[in-house]
Amino acid sequence: MMYSFSKNLKIFSLSLMVVGAVALGIGFLSAPTTVEEAKAMVADARGHGGHGGHVDHDTHADDHAVAYKDEAHHSDHHDDHADDHHDNNDEAYAHSDSHDKHLLHQLQNRPWAATYVAALFFMMIALGALAFYAIQRAAQAGWSILLFRVMEGITAYLLPGSIIVFVLLVLSGLHLNHLFVWMDAEVVAHDEIIQNKQSYLNVPFFLARALLYIVGWNLYRFYSRKFSLAQDNDNGIGYHKKNFRLAAGFLVFYIVTESMMSWDWIMSVDPHWFSTLFGWYVFASMIVTAVTVIAMVTIYLKSKGLLEEVNDSHIHDLGKFMFGFSVFWTYLWFSQFMLIWYSNIPEEVTYFITRIEDYNLLFFGMVVMNFVLPLLILMNSDYKRNNWFIIMAGIIIVLGHYLDFYNMIMPATVGDRWSFGLSELGSASLFAGLFLYVVFSALAKAPLKPKGDPLVKESENFVY
Amino acid sequence: MSSKVIHAIYDDDDVLLHAVKDVKAANHHIEEVFTPFPVHGLDKAMGLAPTRIAIASFMFGCLGLSIAIWLTNYIMIEDWPQNIGGKPSFSYLENVPAFVPVLFEMTIFFAAHLMVITFYLRSRLWPFKKAENPMPSTTDDKFLMEVAVGDNEKKLVYLLKKTGAIEVKVHEKKGES
Repeated sequence: MMYSFSKNLKIFSLSLMVVGAVALGIGFLSAPTTVEEAKAMVADARGHGGHGGHVDHDTHADDHAVAYKDEAHHSDHHDDHADDHHDNNDEAYAHSDSHDKHLLHQLQNRPWAATYVAALFFMMIALGALAFYAIQRAAQAGWSILLFRVMEGITAYLLPGSIIVFVLLVLSGLHLNHLFVWMDAEVVAHDEIIQNKQSYLNVPFFLARALLYIVGWNLYRFYSRKFSLAQDNDNGIGYHKKNFRLAAGFLVFYIVTESMMSWDWIMSVDPHWFSTLFGWYVFASMIVTAVTVIAMVTIYLKSKGLLEEVNDSHIHDLGKFMFGFSVFWTYLWFSQFMLIWYSNIPEEVTYFITRIEDYNLLFFGMVVMNFVLPLLILMNSDYKRNNWFIIMAGIIIVLGHYLDFYNMIMPATVGDRWSFGLSELGSASLFAGLFLYVVFSALAKAPLKPKGDPLVKESENFVY
Repeated sequence: MSSKVIHAIYDDDDVLLHAVKDVKAANHHIEEVFTPFPVHGLDKAMGLAPTRIAIASFMFGCLGLSIAIWLTNYIMIEDWPQNIGGKPSFSYLENVPAFVPVLFEMTIFFAAHLMVITFYLRSRLWPFKKAENPMPSTTDDKFLMEVAVGDNEKKLVYLLKKTGAIEVKVHEKKGES
């Protein structure tokens, strides 16, 4: 049974891409090029109160400035950081001349950071789906065989997605943007902490590592897909066994490189800050989004009359994973937060102070979307079998984890100059369109049922 | 008053599950099935009403959470505020991250323990209660289906044998009607 990429969906995804590219292009063009322009832009936004995000955040940042006035470690508030030598990205610019330059960098960073968030987010959906797929293969799970082609379709985005991320990293390395402050020699010259990390955080090694991760993941994706298709027309179980061994090996490689990737690509935008469970935190975010997208694509295909053998028990199991990984994500989010909040060490706690002061609504709103709502919606066993509840919870989870990535990247790159404007919406739309296009054209390339898999019968009969 | 029941004994959970479906399909009343371990899908095949213990568990969890909130607030904020690590000690909301592990554990504690106790009460189990199990080997490796005898005993015995029972016995059940 073949899926054919419907014309409507193709037009939809292409128009998402075009609209997104135009909006993002305007975002890039309207970024300031000189300090004077940057100051004028900020003065303008304050004066007219036109941009929802700015105004909103300005008021609550002020509220919090009062609340935290006496906090010993308050360090990162934009307006009064000049006399403050605690850890933050502004340290190298500790006089008011550089303050303006810093503002310029933040405003210039906005379209870049928006692109980077969206590029990372969609690449990680594919990467998370690949990890989930490898777990099913390595565990020789019987229930999920009918979903393999859906997962393989989603992981098809890994190649373009990871190449785009790599290109963005190279452009950062060429100093076309200021996403990674540790790449700026001027900053490093004044910053002892970053100097001590130079043997790990330097551009050539950084890019070499990125290349290693990307090549490794894509090799697994290529061979697992190849063996999976070959198994369809094979009477033995040779390819199944090969896939099993390959998946086990990949999972070892993955858990190491995923963790390092999260330090390199995400944690290093805050080069002073570190969290030992950060790799797990990013993993939880990507796997819950990936399982959600698998469930949503499956339900979409079922609504087209395909994947008839996928029953509500399969959906129920995906729902359980969505529920469970949401709770797992929250556990890690809270573990990271509580330890840092309690110990109150300056170079650590500044991370959360920035987020609570400048990103209050987003930071806590994301926890509601990623924990409270999935918990309540998906708790009931019957709701996990209901397509509408899965789709509803799924939309909330996907948006919530986009905000999670936004919260990981934005505070360090644009500071309190965030909002949801053309750059953010445009880049999200561009990559969503590209993701849909790549995933659904990959789904159309092979039969949706892996009929040669030795466990396919078990998956067909799967009843919980 | 006494009533007649048939005990059909099986030695495989898959065979048992199919047998239950066949017996139900032939419109016989299955009184009880004894198994050494939980058999997936058996409750559905027997047509038992879905359990409501999950709802009870949710309510017990909410109760535990409420008690934990009251407890931490009373101990740490109202009764004896302490300065721990320089954290503000007069506001519950600003302290709540420190209490979350307690809130979590108490929720789990109440949900788990009260759920088990509810299950025991509902199943009429208590310490030193005499086992109702008709055949001790159902706690080892045998499965037993107890079927009420209707008008046609022979036909039922034949049906049970056909479903793969290794033994079929007719029993007089005494006591409660």
